[in-house]
Amino acid sequence: MSTDAETPRAPIVPAASLLPADAPFPKAAKVALGMPQLRANLAHATGTIRAKRARLVDELDDWERLRDTAAAIKADVQHRLPELAVEFERNATAAGATVHWARDAREANEIAARLVREAGTDEVVKVKSMATQEIELNEHFEAVGLKAFETDLAELIVQLAEDRPSHILVPAIHYNRTEIRDIFDQRMSDAPAGLTDDPAALAEAARLHLRRRFLSAKAAVSGANFAVAETGSLVVVESEGNGRMCLTMPETLISVVGIEKLLPRFADLEVFMQLLPRSSTGERMNPYTSVWTGSRDGDGPKDVHVILLDNGRTGVLADEVGRQALSCIRCSACLNVCPVYERTGGHAYGHVYPGPIGAILAPQLEPGRHDDLPYASSLCGACYEVCPVKIDIPEVLVHLRQQGPHHAGERAVMGAAKAVMARPRLWRTALRAARFGSMPWRRKGFMRRLPWPGSKWTVSRDMPTPPKEDFRDWWKERRR
Amino acid sequence: MSAREEILERMRRALEGAGEAPPAPREYRRALDPEVDIVELLIDRLVDYKANVHHGLDAIPEALGGAKRVVVPGDLPEEWQLGGADFVPDEALSTADLDGMDAVLTGCAAAVAVSGTIMLDAGAAQGRRAITLVPDHHVVVVRRDRIVGHLAEALPMLDPTAPQTWISGPSATSDIELQRVEGVHGPRRLDVVIVGP
Ligand code: SF4
Repeated sequence: MSTDAETPRAPIVPAASLLPADAPFPKAAKVALGMPQLRANLAHATGTIRAKRARLVDELDDWERLRDTAAAIKADVQHRLPELAVEFERNATAAGATVHWARDAREANEIAARLVREAGTDEVVKVKSMATQEIELNEHFEAVGLKAFETDLAELIVQLAEDRPSHILVPAIHYNRTEIRDIFDQRMSDAPAGLTDDPAALAEAARLHLRRRFLSAKAAVSGANFAVAETGSLVVVESEGNGRMCLTMPETLISVVGIEKLLPRFADLEVFMQLLPRSSTGERMNPYTSVWTGSRDGDGPKDVHVILLDNGRTGVLADEVGRQALSCIRCSACLNVCPVYERTGGHAYGHVYPGPIGAILAPQLEPGRHDDLPYASSLCGACYEVCPVKIDIPEVLVHLRQQGPHHAGERAVMGAAKAVMARPRLWRTALRAARFGSMPWRRKGFMRRLPWPGSKWTVSRDMPTPPKEDFRDWWKERRR
Repeated sequence: MSAREEILERMRRALEGAGEAPPAPREYRRALDPEVDIVELLIDRLVDYKANVHHGLDAIPEALGGAKRVVVPGDLPEEWQLGGADFVPDEALSTADLDGMDAVLTGCAAAVAVSGTIMLDAGAAQGRRAITLVPDHHVVVVRRDRIVGHLAEALPMLDPTAPQTWISGPSATSDIELQRVEGVHGPRRLDVVIVGP
């Protein structure tokens, strides 16, 4: 315990995390914008990753060709999904894995819980995985008397704080080191005395806290970054070694894998494993990548399970324009360049996938529940330019806006916005006018009224203030 | 209808009339320019990751540092087991045994210069995954003929269905304010010994 343990502390969960997950975006964003620490943490973090990414992308003279290939491979996967899923199942099964299929979150959670019980335990160690967050596996486990321990450092921080992740790649991006020290100090039973806020000391504390658990765990739950149809292999990309621990040490391994994660051939990894680490952490290669195919005698888990998850994905597949969202490799580059995300943080989106990808994926995965998210964007196009698989996020946003139920005013403003944006000079002028027009409300970060025709829209809801700089200038400045 | 049948049916229905996707262009690089010295590049990347680099089999004792108990795969070449350490072959050692080791010494299947990546595929002189994970110090011998410039050249050298670990520097996290901290759960020290031919 640190020396000032007696001093009363502020609650450790930032207010943004306390937003109900179903708060509409504009409302949630407004709360988030009022929190300077959150915004400072976010701006620092996204700025750092952006710079690293840009430097490493510049090293490759074939970056655009890699993006073209990746986009085409993913489009091919989507078109051949039934065939590839069956091919994966056949090869994984032949290698000793058991493949399960889950129509929705509930089914996936029930299968996973049953498998954990069959492994003769009531707790699992977990590798960070978006799919298990999406299906709320931890919550389901808790409800049925099982325990899931997150082992990724950031996920551990978030779990200890009883918070929700706010970024795909850096779930604790909204905490600074002092806040993390406080979380460990208050919530980790074996936190060393006098723990400082030095990141190395904090990482060491996490190592000690988890090590015994890793070495004795009977079962683990993971996701997968890729599932190779040709071989029946799964791939997990990570940094800390907690993934390797979970994938290697327990007897039973359960992996929840969205059906869109398939790749046709093992050799396709030569494309995606160049794109993913550079786009996500801004590294030439992440420290550890694990590839496994079923089970192997004397090496790693004996009992290997794969749960192939639909949970709304086939609905996305049915939309010709929207289906490209299934190409996402969850690198989070689009979050890091998004002016809206940088100012509101991840929680405001009210979904496990925040930022630009969340704005196109959430409303498609859960139709009718996130209709406001396609409006959480300025359509500046920065997300498309960084996306390693070339998802045309602005195109899908506009498409979803046209599809979603909206008020006439929204249609008017969006129609006008589209017309204006088709002519870049007008768009810039409009943005400047909007910034000027919103001056008195600047501090709150929200505009009450837009000039016509936007006024029709802002009568019923607030609109995020355009950032002080022009999006286009902003983006030009940051892309190098 | 089983979940499997239903999901496959949903996919087919979603794709009705979608046709085929055009073949993927494959115009990206598959190798580095020939003038690049890939051994130099590999060393540069490894040092960048804070791995220690040594040259020649004679450097193995130095790479092992003060390690007393060193676990090795059962098929590790005798001539690599140099120095005063106690080399313990992995004959289904328990997790507790592995946890008591100071270091592990292995070979590798391939090394990719451009990203400083060492690849293990459970093949010759590599052993099972747990032995290169639990000990806190990994010493890996990389033969020059296993070094390639580009990822696309390395993948065909791997057994695709064997358990693989691709290692690019020691375990690290950037979860706290994006500041890189070396050493979390995987081996915190990585030493690479580059040997001929
Ligand atoms: S949409 Fe593209 S940029 Fe965004 S997370 Fe997915 S792959 Fe990355």
